[in-house]
Amino acid sequence: MRQLCKGNVAVVKGAILAGCRAYYGYPITPASEIAESAALYFPQVGGTFLQAESEVAAINMVYGAAAAGTRVMTGSSGPGLSLMQEGMSYLAGAELPCVIVDVMRGGPGLGNIAPEQSDYFAMVKGGGHGNYRNIVLAPASVQEMAELTMLAFELADKYRNPAVVLADGFIGQMVEPLDLEYREIHPPEKSWAVKGTPETRANLVSSICLETDELEEHQRRMEAKYIRAQEAEPLCELCYTEDAEILLVGYGIVSRVLLSTVDALRKEGVKAGLFRPITLWPYPSKTLAKAARKVEKVIVVELSNGQMVEDVHLALNGKVPVEFYGRVGGNVPSVAELQQLVLTRMSAMV
Amino acid sequence: MEVESVIGVDGLEAKSEVTAEAQSKASLEVSKDGYEPIHSKSPVFFDLYQRKSELKHQTHYCPGCGHGVVHKLIAEALQELGLQDSTIFVSPVGCSVFAYYYFDVGNVQVAHGRAPASATAIKRSCPEKIVISYQGDGDLAAIGTAEIVHAANRGEKITVFFVNNGIYGMTGGQMAPTTLVGQKSTTSPWGRRPANEGFPLHMAELLATLEAPAYIERVALSDNKNIMKARRVIRKALEIQRDDAGFSFVEILSPCPTIWGKNPVEARRWVLEKMTPTFPLNVFRDRRPEVPTGDEPLQRTVGDVLEITPKTHLHNVSTTKRAYHFKNVTIKVAGFGGQGVLLLGQLLIEMGMREGLEVSWLPSYGPEMRSGSAHCHVCLSRERIGSPLVSRPDVLVAMNEFSLRKFASEVATGGLILYNGASVPADFSAPGAQVVGIPAAEIADKLGSTKAANIVMMGALLEETECLAPGTALSVLEDKVKKPDLLEIDRRALFAGRLFIDDNAHIGAVSQSDGFA
Ligand SMILES: Cc1ncc(C[n+]2csc(CCOP(=O)(O)OP(=O)(O)O)c2C)c(N)n1
Ligand code: SF4
Repeated sequence: MRQLCKGNVAVVKGAILAGCRAYYGYPITPASEIAESAALYFPQVGGTFLQAESEVAAINMVYGAAAAGTRVMTGSSGPGLSLMQEGMSYLAGAELPCVIVDVMRGGPGLGNIAPEQSDYFAMVKGGGHGNYRNIVLAPASVQEMAELTMLAFELADKYRNPAVVLADGFIGQMVEPLDLEYREIHPPEKSWAVKGTPETRANLVSSICLETDELEEHQRRMEAKYIRAQEAEPLCELCYTEDAEILLVGYGIVSRVLLSTVDALRKEGVKAGLFRPITLWPYPSKTLAKAARKVEKVIVVELSNGQMVEDVHLALNGKVPVEFYGRVGGNVPSVAELQQLVLTRMSAMV
Repeated sequence: MEVESVIGVDGLEAKSEVTAEAQSKASLEVSKDGYEPIHSKSPVFFDLYQRKSELKHQTHYCPGCGHGVVHKLIAEALQELGLQDSTIFVSPVGCSVFAYYYFDVGNVQVAHGRAPASATAIKRSCPEKIVISYQGDGDLAAIGTAEIVHAANRGEKITVFFVNNGIYGMTGGQMAPTTLVGQKSTTSPWGRRPANEGFPLHMAELLATLEAPAYIERVALSDNKNIMKARRVIRKALEIQRDDAGFSFVEILSPCPTIWGKNPVEARRWVLEKMTPTFPLNVFRDRRPEVPTGDEPLQRTVGDVLEITPKTHLHNVSTTKRAYHFKNVTIKVAGFGGQGVLLLGQLLIEMGMREGLEVSWLPSYGPEMRSGSAHCHVCLSRERIGSPLVSRPDVLVAMNEFSLRKFASEVATGGLILYNGASVPADFSAPGAQVVGIPAAEIADKLGSTKAANIVMMGALLEETECLAPGTALSVLEDKVKKPDLLEIDRRALFAGRLFIDDNAHIGAVSQSDGFA
């Protein structure tokens, strides 16, 4: 049955449906409803909610719960995610599954609380120290806030790696119909976890590999699983791409504005298409390259000064001209603005 | 202070009984002072330290190091209490980072200073188990100060063993928060000067100011008598956790002969002579905390909590007939906070959803709302909604003059502005849009609550645009407004809004008087 739900709340509903029973976090706008609804829901279903003393503590609590084999999550926004970077590196190094939600706001510094997509580098390319990857999913609707959170838990367990749900202030704050079905979830048995039982007594959760060869081998194993994820997990959405002459690329809230833009352009006879990456890591590069094969131009729109565009360049490898349009500071481009943008850039083509 | 900075391990051959104890049977020897040590090793330790890359029969600790002694005391206590199988040992960053080499229990190695946070979550995942947070003074009293204070303050049912050696051992002898006044280190080369570095931090005393901890004691590894005392205290701290009695914390003044530049015997003496005056040995807390128990949340099914079990009492969605004038519509509602601006938007999408439409609602949020003004964007559509951001609304509902002036220019050509006011300000004009003034506040006032002005506006909006059926509005109000008297006011407000438009049908763009009244 459809129910109206706020994006941030949908995250928590999805998490609980996915069998997550522990939330550790610290409030921050525009992500606070995640903590608030977790505080409301988790204790009613036998789960744990704890407001940590900081995001540093929160992510290390996540580490502890994950080490004990619990499906666990946290949620925050830019400044909080900055504080979590060391912990996220440890989680990746110790191969602990967990879900981290970043409802992006304007930066750098305290910036503002309006939506931006400026944490792309931090979440997709790393952020913390060392060679590791986050699995990164980018919802563009309330429904996807729930569904991609559920998927994030699956992928986190499958690859024993942190998974990030990367949303923005608008996706977090907006309300839309949410359609969820109850299903029994059986999180995988985690024989490696440390649970204080005779069977798990021999287990060790650690990110230390003291010997150089040992650490290299550890990283090679991590790389191997990242390669497997790159093969198996990329997700994206294509709209009107078959006959597109111009391909617009955006994720999250931008993809929503782009969808309206494509609609408006098509009404004017402009053959525009939309490519929306759903997984930002692994990036759906192959599908993008295929979708862009026949287009004359690709325009990447972001609420940043040009972060995801680098992955588009890598995917297209110079075969198609790629242009970038970014708004920052919390400004979200309007449909009219993007329509105008496309028309000018198209006319520049001839 | 006669402390020299760093290094100078002069004591390799001066293996005291203390370190030998923590080492394997293979390296037994009787110490020089003729004292006959007991060399049996607790089965809570691994026989052979396989996790080490070399020298698997001995620890990585320096001779005379307090860590080895504390390990031994913990292992013995776990053995005596029969807790080996149920223990999770959280090791810190510091010289004891490799505690998992030795303890044959579940092991989790965590980030520098964060052991109390990780231990908190481990304990909450495994409430029946014994969770030990083992930390040095840099780890616990510097980088991890927040985590230990808050874990203690929450009364986490964990046991913290705090090894205070007054120095950063692992990184080679930098100043610790517990370094004594005047004590030299590589980062306090002139000796700790309180004017520059502050005073030594008294963690046991500091934590004893909190209400929640059950047990806090400071002991010293200064001589056999005090080590025997430490043994009892460590066991007691674990018993407290076993008995679910609360947070237990043992601070252990501990020798670091290597960094202090002393032999193990001198180092132990130094603990007594130099450290205990600054860090007096004492029981700082020993009582079960009184924790008021509040109402425990009721346990419900996931379906109930997430409201994903179909609710039968809700008015059926599909039977509500959609108004025939419907076309996709975007609406901006704006006004002061407290005027029910956001709520009006939410009611509209609830109605839209019940009529089987795609809907979205996007609020202004954060400080903008604190300044007193609020707005939201509403989309009602037959198709999938692209941008939920409405930059050219078909309809603006302006609950105050400020919003009218601020947002009127955004309204789409041929659009509609509904203004909460009997008449539109004289100097105001909105070319290309229809402007209708509705004295919603006065109407609502007369009905008994100014707060219902938003519902009056909703009535006007529905009547003017026919985007949603008034019947749907009624059923939504019936479900959302719990108090019967308020519901009655809202019902009448909705009716009054519709009536106002109906009576003034000439101003409408699409509406005709349908004489619903
Ligand atoms: C975030 C971070 N900062 C700094 C370090 C380096 N570091 C490792 S151990 C340590 C100090 C440990 O001292 P203490 O807790 O007193 O333990 P000891 O070695 O004396 O037993 C430091 C600063 C680190 N590992 N991580
Ligand atoms: S440096 Fe100090 S604390 Fe570290 S192992 Fe050696 S004696 Fe122990």
